[in-house]
Amino acid sequence: MKATSTLLRIGGAGLALGLMMAGGTASARDLTVVSWGGNYQDAQKKIYFEPFSKKIGKPVLDESWDGGIGVIAAKVKAGVPNWDVVQVETEELELGCADGFYEKIDWSKLGGKDKFLPAAVSDCGVGAIVWSTMLSYDANRLKTPPTSWADFWDVKKFPGKRGFRRGPKYSLEFALMADGVKPEEVYKVLGTPEGVDRAFKKLDELKPHIVWWEAGAQPLSLLASGEVVMSTAYNGRLAGINKTEGKNFQGVWPGSIYAIDSWVILKDSPNAKEAMDFIAFASEPANQSKLPDYIAYGLPNKEAAAMVPAALQKDLPTTQANLTGAIALDGAFWVDNVEELTKRFNAWLAK
Amino acid sequence: MSGSSTRGRLSALLLVAPLFLFLAAFFVWPLVMMISVSVTDGTVRQVMPATAEVIGDWDGTGLPPPEVQQALIADLRAPSEQMAFGDAVRRLNSEVSGFRTLLSRTASAVRDAPAGQPVDLAAVDPRWGEGRYWQALQRAMPNYTDRNLLAAVDLKRDTEGSITADASANRVIMLRTFTIAALVTVLCALIGLPYAMIAAAATGWVRNVMLLAVLLPLWTSLLVRTASWVILLQNEGLINKALIAIGIVDQPLQLIFNRTGVVIAMTHVLLPFMVLPIYSVLLGIPRNLMPAASSLGANRLRAFWHVLLPMALPGVASGALLVFMVALGYYITPALVGGAEDQMISSVIAFFATGTANWGMAGALGLILLVTTTALYLVYGRLSRSPNMVGA
Repeated sequence: MKATSTLLRIGGAGLALGLMMAGGTASARDLTVVSWGGNYQDAQKKIYFEPFSKKIGKPVLDESWDGGIGVIAAKVKAGVPNWDVVQVETEELELGCADGFYEKIDWSKLGGKDKFLPAAVSDCGVGAIVWSTMLSYDANRLKTPPTSWADFWDVKKFPGKRGFRRGPKYSLEFALMADGVKPEEVYKVLGTPEGVDRAFKKLDELKPHIVWWEAGAQPLSLLASGEVVMSTAYNGRLAGINKTEGKNFQGVWPGSIYAIDSWVILKDSPNAKEAMDFIAFASEPANQSKLPDYIAYGLPNKEAAAMVPAALQKDLPTTQANLTGAIALDGAFWVDNVEELTKRFNAWLAK
Repeated sequence: MSGSSTRGRLSALLLVAPLFLFLAAFFVWPLVMMISVSVTDGTVRQVMPATAEVIGDWDGTGLPPPEVQQALIADLRAPSEQMAFGDAVRRLNSEVSGFRTLLSRTASAVRDAPAGQPVDLAAVDPRWGEGRYWQALQRAMPNYTDRNLLAAVDLKRDTEGSITADASANRVIMLRTFTIAALVTVLCALIGLPYAMIAAAATGWVRNVMLLAVLLPLWTSLLVRTASWVILLQNEGLINKALIAIGIVDQPLQLIFNRTGVVIAMTHVLLPFMVLPIYSVLLGIPRNLMPAASSLGANRLRAFWHVLLPMALPGVASGALLVFMVALGYYITPALVGGAEDQMISSVIAFFATGTANWGMAGALGLILLVTTTALYLVYGRLSRSPNMVGA
């Protein structure tokens, strides 16, 4: 009897302790900001997280993630999410906003919607950066630079392997451009079953020459090691590695696809007010304009974009010269079709 | 007497209670959830109760009668909880692409229309004039579905309800997963058994160094180990450079971004799970058995084959089980060092779980993997218990 009651008491104490710890962490959790990691998040830490933490006199926690609406859905449906502010891609913004995973943005705290690029404005999110996926190559290795997706497909003129992000997004668009579709008509063609067939047929041609990558750092190491002669890559990473490691990686702006990443606040976040203040802080021209010093991403706040020195402008996706022949990622298309096309893409890869 | 034994049993029960609670909370419950999420449906019924009432009577040909269309309009007009509506939309869009934009456009058109006035759905969006959207709506109404389980093995129901092939590659990827896991297990056994034997036979610092060589990678991050294989195996990597320098090959061998790379990296990563069980079994074998065998006239090979190997087999068996099971779930290594033909089933599961929040599909794939693995385990259990195998 004594043994049992002791056991019960220990068990009860343990349970109480566990509950206290769980409850304690939930109520006193500091503002948690989640972004994409790597040198991008290091830059954000310097210009956004640390100064904001100093301003409010409280710690700001930061975590990184790899995207996926399923992650957001799981956090929000669990009740009180353990993240507050998250940086999301176009589709996650649209999906989550439609499905009620985000708090509404208080645009009055941001100085009004007209201070931002129209594409960076949403009920649920505020644009944080404009970034591009583009054809890239090592200019020290390739003497004749490729200029288009048709060159990317031309394995006679440019022998060697190509790096491509694994998945239908971007692959199908670039395949259509290589097949002669004008950039501005890509999504019109892709919206038809024949257009999708055409894109897959074009991908068939290149399939034996493709090395597939998944993480944004991979194409850089593939290019650096000479494993591939050309690859799709993110523009910010290209400019970054040229600066830090003295590489000569170049990108081709015509035919690139740009997209906007946005800050969102997860539904029922316990720090929603601070979260909104943080987004406002990170969107202030004085703070946002520091970002291109560290990483070559375009700025959605028009005033901030105007403050960027001309020397840095040339690497940004938002610069007028770089926008010629570039298109915006069609979030609505991918929100509708990503599941079906990924299924088909996986089947295509496996055959 | 009986009182004390009851009390003893009770306290024994309490002592193991945490274990059972742990198993229930972290093993049984998630399993039950996974199974139930893969077969439950009805998120659409929840937000479209009126449509659910009447669409069942429709025979599925042409377009549904006006009352079904009116019921849908009434459902869309009624305010529904945003997250529940989102679940329903996700479910429908995963069956027919485009449902998401179709429903959001229709819902806002219906809500903007003056109350009481009929809304022409085909005028809001011409897609409502196509039968397949209505059929998908009808198929989504029951509370349970076999759709995810069928899709997990590349099947689907056509409009008549009979089962046909679907254009996905899950079966191929599943088979590939088992093939890679089996290959890695065999390689681990071939390398692990001699290694463990040498380590068990060695003494002093040699043994320590050998064990450390196994344990050290186990304490290193999986990502770091995989990334270092990229550096070693790539075309201009150490191995290819060395091979070219000593003149074995003139062209670099393709060792990475294909099956070779995946198998090499996974074998290295999983080797400790093979070596350690074998090593611990070998330590328990009396050292005088081999000399005894040779004193009875057995040569070294014969002594190994008839004495040491049978006794070491339980270690190999448990090591093989560990390696195989862990290998089945591999995801990062094939993604980093494999090619397109080397992706394993967990990458597909991850796509559905985190990429599209289609937990039904993720659960169904997990369930198929679990059932196949359990079946293999039962066969394996039968084989490894049979005296034929142990006796060799």
